[in-house]
Amino acid sequence: MEPVLAATAVSKRFPGVVALSEVDLTLHGGEVHALVGENGAGKSTLIKVLTGVYTPDTGELTYLGETTGFGRPADAQNAGISTVYQEVNLVGQQSVASNLFLGREPRTRWGLLDFRAMNRRAADLLAGYGIRVDVTRPLRTLGMGVQQMVALARAADTRARVVILDEPTSSLEPREVDTLFTVVERLRADGVAVLYVSHRLDELYRICDQVTVLRDGRVVHSGPLAGLPRLGLVAMMLGRDLEEVRRDGATKFEGEHTAERAEPVLTATGLTVKHRLDGVDLAVRPGEIVGLGGLLGAGRSETAMAIAGALPLDSGEVTVEGTRLRTGSVAAAMRAGVVLLPEDRKADGILPDLSVRENIVLAALPRLSAAGLVSRRRQDSIVDTFVRRLRIKAASPDQRVGELSGGNQQKVLLARLLCLEPRLLLLDEPTRGIDVGAKAEVQALVDELARDGLGVVLISSEFDEVVEGSDTIVVLRDGAVTARLTGEDVTEAALLAALAEEGPA
Amino acid sequence: MTADPRAEPRTGRLTAWLRDNGVYAAVAVLVGYNLLFSANFATWGNLGTQVVQVAPVLIVALGMALVIGTEGVDLSVGSVMAVAAAILPLYLGYGFVPAVGLALVAGALCGALNGTLVAVVGIQPIVATLALLVGGRGLALVFADGQLTDIRNDDLLALGSGELLGIPTIGWIAAVLAVAVWLVVRYTTFGRQLVAVGGNRSASALAGLPVRRVLLTTYVISGVLAAVAGILATARLTASDPSAIGTLYELSAITAVVVGGTPLSGGRVRILGTVAGAVLMQLITATLIKHNLPDSTAQIVQAAIILVAVHLQRGSR
Repeated sequence: MEPVLAATAVSKRFPGVVALSEVDLTLHGGEVHALVGENGAGKSTLIKVLTGVYTPDTGELTYLGETTGFGRPADAQNAGISTVYQEVNLVGQQSVASNLFLGREPRTRWGLLDFRAMNRRAADLLAGYGIRVDVTRPLRTLGMGVQQMVALARAADTRARVVILDEPTSSLEPREVDTLFTVVERLRADGVAVLYVSHRLDELYRICDQVTVLRDGRVVHSGPLAGLPRLGLVAMMLGRDLEEVRRDGATKFEGEHTAERAEPVLTATGLTVKHRLDGVDLAVRPGEIVGLGGLLGAGRSETAMAIAGALPLDSGEVTVEGTRLRTGSVAAAMRAGVVLLPEDRKADGILPDLSVRENIVLAALPRLSAAGLVSRRRQDSIVDTFVRRLRIKAASPDQRVGELSGGNQQKVLLARLLCLEPRLLLLDEPTRGIDVGAKAEVQALVDELARDGLGVVLISSEFDEVVEGSDTIVVLRDGAVTARLTGEDVTEAALLAALAEEGPA
Repeated sequence: MTADPRAEPRTGRLTAWLRDNGVYAAVAVLVGYNLLFSANFATWGNLGTQVVQVAPVLIVALGMALVIGTEGVDLSVGSVMAVAAAILPLYLGYGFVPAVGLALVAGALCGALNGTLVAVVGIQPIVATLALLVGGRGLALVFADGQLTDIRNDDLLALGSGELLGIPTIGWIAAVLAVAVWLVVRYTTFGRQLVAVGGNRSASALAGLPVRRVLLTTYVISGVLAAVAGILATARLTASDPSAIGTLYELSAITAVVVGGTPLSGGRVRILGTVAGAVLMQLITATLIKHNLPDSTAQIVQAAIILVAVHLQRGSR
């Protein structure tokens, strides 16, 4: 059968990065095709190439048997390629009906908008999917799930030949997921080609026929999903070779540091945030490195942020050395000695225009001040200590942080946290985007800190970093803990198995 | 998705120098020109006039520089001046101190309103302060019953026309405030936190900074400084004129700040530059008037300077 949409040897590069390299993707009508891959694998770029947002550097797109190059997103849409994004991209202020018929509104005999017909047809259309809402209400007054369904119903009703769903279920309730799947089933029955992007393995195995795995901008696998073991799929996504899951010490972590049977420095119980965390329990002892395992979107960053007070909790409590912490306050967590190295260094970490000195003392400023006046002398002594201890390479403490390398920026952020004399360090991707040398230094530093009795929570998308760094690994999926690996079980094989394990249906 | 956003354009050294020092150079050039070609420029009388004219704008601009440093803007300053001016005659019967005190409190309350809308409710600064730009003047006119009121209090009049060591009292007040605000920005925890919040709000919040308190305080300071300017302008005018006082001051203040090298994108506050920016704008007007060119010409020249300043800022980002 002829494919509806095919990308052949598509490459796309950005300054310094190859986002896609010789990627092939073939979508057939009546098939649901899963597109999977971890952060930075190139999924978003590929979607943008398919929908005309980006023009590929090389390679070609074939749509309905003809070579095409969609110059603009509107061309792709008009040709019959609909995309439903994670964040609904409809007009929130307008009614549900208006959104469903945006750009193709029914008209009266006089050429005016026929609202009665529009509302009636909208209600019928949604009722067909089991959704009964007042279609005259503004879209934004409805729940995320319903909004997602409206977006999908719109895509399905515009005689689309290809529907791209980008993480459609991330904000849906289980019941809403079922509804969404009936719509997807209908699309498949109607001969539409569906590209389904998600990290939820259970969903993929429920609904998808084919799968394409991207890693580092390349296709590492493409074929039927049925018969492909979950473990194999996860291993491909993460780039681990199942045949030889070796332990040869690629990282700078060394062995264990746990102070046996010590009382936990941190106990978190029942951390719950709607749609993001579902009753996460976590305990960290002094000197212990607890790794958080999980695929993208499993709730690792959210867990760290909730403990650090940066994500307000719906319920759950955090106890530090026996004292219950006021949750939802970064300042309170810091006073208790809990600090977070955020995942996104540029957006949430550095102040690029300020100096190395100011970036380091930022959080400690009140402690280094008397009567609201900053003490330059006390600042200098702290800054001096940490620049030397962490070997931060800067021309002087007055140099702008924006001018430093990624690794040195990361060290500046670590210094900002360490000068607060923390008891628990939450590290979210501490070595992402920094060079090999700095990476080894950061790993060695974390090791050393743990040996000195600091409790550490480590999140890393690099598999060996988690496995070799951690004494204990807590595995998350869909915001809940699904496994705990300790002692001898902290191995790549065990972690892979835990990640691939089937969830509750 | 992974395109490097930090591919910084290389700015030429001249651009960088102009950005950092252009405003001072421009002031120096204009002063030099006037010394050579403008009759009566270097007289105490003329200098005093210039100082008195620039002082209220400068005081408002100091607060504006702080607000802009937080990546915000305070459009209400001119109306807050009017509110303060309207309050003065109502309480001058109780004496100079209570009247001025209440005018300052009114300014603080206006700032607190702005700050609450921005920091707590989360409204964009330009919209939040627009409300008070419109409403504040209305309020001032209600207080004053729509009237212009002559000021007869000797202390207040002395504030407007007094001199110390040959320099107008108003000038001294502006100078002291400028130094005070400079010290606050540079040497206090609040000042450093202000710059941090403006530079990266999310990073500041994650570093445990009291982001809301910092924003609220900044707008209160801006309100109080606007009230000071309103009081001084009233004293100078010897009348409380809430329908005219402070009109378009928000734009003059923003101009002084931007021309002085403080980026609208926040994270940086240049107080000395703001002073120079205010002085530069005053000098342009004065110079052109001295040469019998109309005010409209001054406005066009000022517009050109704003564009140059903004362009230099843009190149640096």
